[in-house]
Amino acid sequence: MASTTPTQIDQAPPVTSSGRSTGRAGDKIFAGLSKGSGILLLVIMASIAGFLTYRASIALSKNEGNFLTTFDWNASANPPVFGIAVLLFGTVVSSIIAMAIAVPIAVGIALFISHYAPRKLAAPIAYVVDLLAAVPSIIYGIWGALFLVPQLNGLNLWLDEYLGWTYVFDKTQVGVARSLFTVGILLAIMILPIVTSVSREVFLQVPRMNEEAALALGATRWEVIRMSVLPFGRSGVISASMLGLGRALGETMAVATVLSPSFLINGHILDPGGGTFAQNIAAKFDEANEFGRDALIASGLVLFLLTLLVNGAARLIIARRKDFSGANA
Amino acid sequence: MAKRIDVSGLSAFYGTHKAIDDISMTVEPRSVTAFIGPSGCGKSTFLRTLNRMHEVTPGGRVEGKVLLDDENLYGTGVDPVAVRRTVGMVFQRPNPFPTMSIFDNVAAGLRLNGRYKKSELTEIVEKSLQGANLWNEVKDRLNKPGSGLSGGQQQRLCIARAIAVEPQVLLMDEPCSALDPISTLAIEDLIGELKERFTIVIVTHNMQQAARVSDRTAFFNLAAVGQPGKLIEIDDTDRIFSNPSVQATEDYISGRFG
Ligand SMILES: Nc1ncnc2c1ncn2[C@@H]1O[C@H](COP(=O)(O)OP(=O)(O)OP(=O)(O)O)[C@@H](O)[C@H]1O
Ligand SMILES: [Mg+2]
Repeated sequence: MASTTPTQIDQAPPVTSSGRSTGRAGDKIFAGLSKGSGILLLVIMASIAGFLTYRASIALSKNEGNFLTTFDWNASANPPVFGIAVLLFGTVVSSIIAMAIAVPIAVGIALFISHYAPRKLAAPIAYVVDLLAAVPSIIYGIWGALFLVPQLNGLNLWLDEYLGWTYVFDKTQVGVARSLFTVGILLAIMILPIVTSVSREVFLQVPRMNEEAALALGATRWEVIRMSVLPFGRSGVISASMLGLGRALGETMAVATVLSPSFLINGHILDPGGGTFAQNIAAKFDEANEFGRDALIASGLVLFLLTLLVNGAARLIIARRKDFSGANA
Repeated sequence: MAKRIDVSGLSAFYGTHKAIDDISMTVEPRSVTAFIGPSGCGKSTFLRTLNRMHEVTPGGRVEGKVLLDDENLYGTGVDPVAVRRTVGMVFQRPNPFPTMSIFDNVAAGLRLNGRYKKSELTEIVEKSLQGANLWNEVKDRLNKPGSGLSGGQQQRLCIARAIAVEPQVLLMDEPCSALDPISTLAIEDLIGELKERFTIVIVTHNMQQAARVSDRTAFFNLAAVGQPGKLIEIDDTDRIFSNPSVQATEDYISGRFG
């Protein structure tokens, strides 16, 4: 290719020069390649979905319990009895805790890096945050189990004492904090880096003239953030949160290491016990017989649907105010 | 509520680069003053020193004095945020808040300044939009996003936003350079009306525009690229365009520049 280009410049009108036909062939090859990989992707997706649905349907047809409401997981027993209620509860609750803690902190750190910190400080902080994202989840799990759990005992007692009346923070069982609350905190720490770095990128992209518009009206730094930066970054923060939520919903090793699982729904989130989809699959997969694995696959499908649902909802939120998004400015 | 601007010995820097050097001038209240001069001579920089916007640029620094009536904007203890609430600004490219409705755009400055009743807000927003000659075009779509307007309408929206807070001075940096001739005329007419209430300073590259809208004209120039820009002369617009006292001004105006 490189050698044909100069010749083409010399030959004034390239009637049927080889350069042109290579260009067309290149187009064709590229079009074929991209079409092919697109189709391949769809085929892979479809075969995964088909496989999962098929195996899940086997499990569901033999289930003696109610898949949605049974508080039990005896899928390898005969007859099998299993239900996802506890897992759904544990997954949703721990993820909500994680989001409630992580998103505000992440937005705060991102704003600090992008708009408050002096440059000398901003770059190292951003670097450390990015580094946190690279820590493998099993490390978080070990750290959580050996360090975080004992450290949280004090916080748990404090919450129990002052917020115990809310029911949610009422600690009814003594013992170490291998609870959904602890899992939520750990997940929050784990998703903090990704939510922070994506939000930071979005905040840095706010056009200068949008911020100057607010400044020239006599806005303080915080008011500039409220009037220009946050509205502009809103959809980006939602996307960032969804990335984090996706990780929190599906996190396996860290949760399995920290939680002491039980098949109960307990609204007192400081009590040990509970379970999540991913944790339950990791804990049971090895010792399960073939049918037991089908049942676990069925629970995995539900997790998959849950993630899809959450993503769809986020898209809806973003699209609802698209006119005002700043994308058309 | 228009005020007199009195600049003395003002220089502005970007880091170590001096962009304008030792500028002194007086701008009378309720008048329009036009800044003209070749690109890069520091018109925008100077304009932005008048509402302390220059210092938001990283490395931006100012020496000298700007008196608004008798108060030095660069005096110790003066809050730049308070300055910007008194000295409004309209930018070269229209920059309405894209996430806000037309109404909220105009009300944005008011909401910063304090609490208003809904009825008061509605009244001021209508008055400001009328003041900016935009009311008839947008009165049925106040809740639509401001970014959905045409460029000329957006610029008038920005003017409405700036005048809604009743500033004492209105700075405009090439407000028409992104607009078609009809929108430009609309804004020039508007400037003529606004000068009854505000002190107006406008940067423009359009000589006819300077001649049409301004009472006084200031010509800036720079000796060479990389040198700081200087104020060459400021005089009544008629005189600047008919019989300037400096040769460089005449050369620039008649197009014999450079
Ligand atoms: N953000 C900045 N950082 C560093 N230097 C700058 C910055 N903005 C402007 N300058 C420099 O300051 C000088 C004056 O620029 P300024 O924008 O004030 O000129 P101007 O007269 O408004 O030009 P134009 O007519 O093209 O708008 C120029 O030499 C320019 O390179
Ligand atoms: Mg300029």
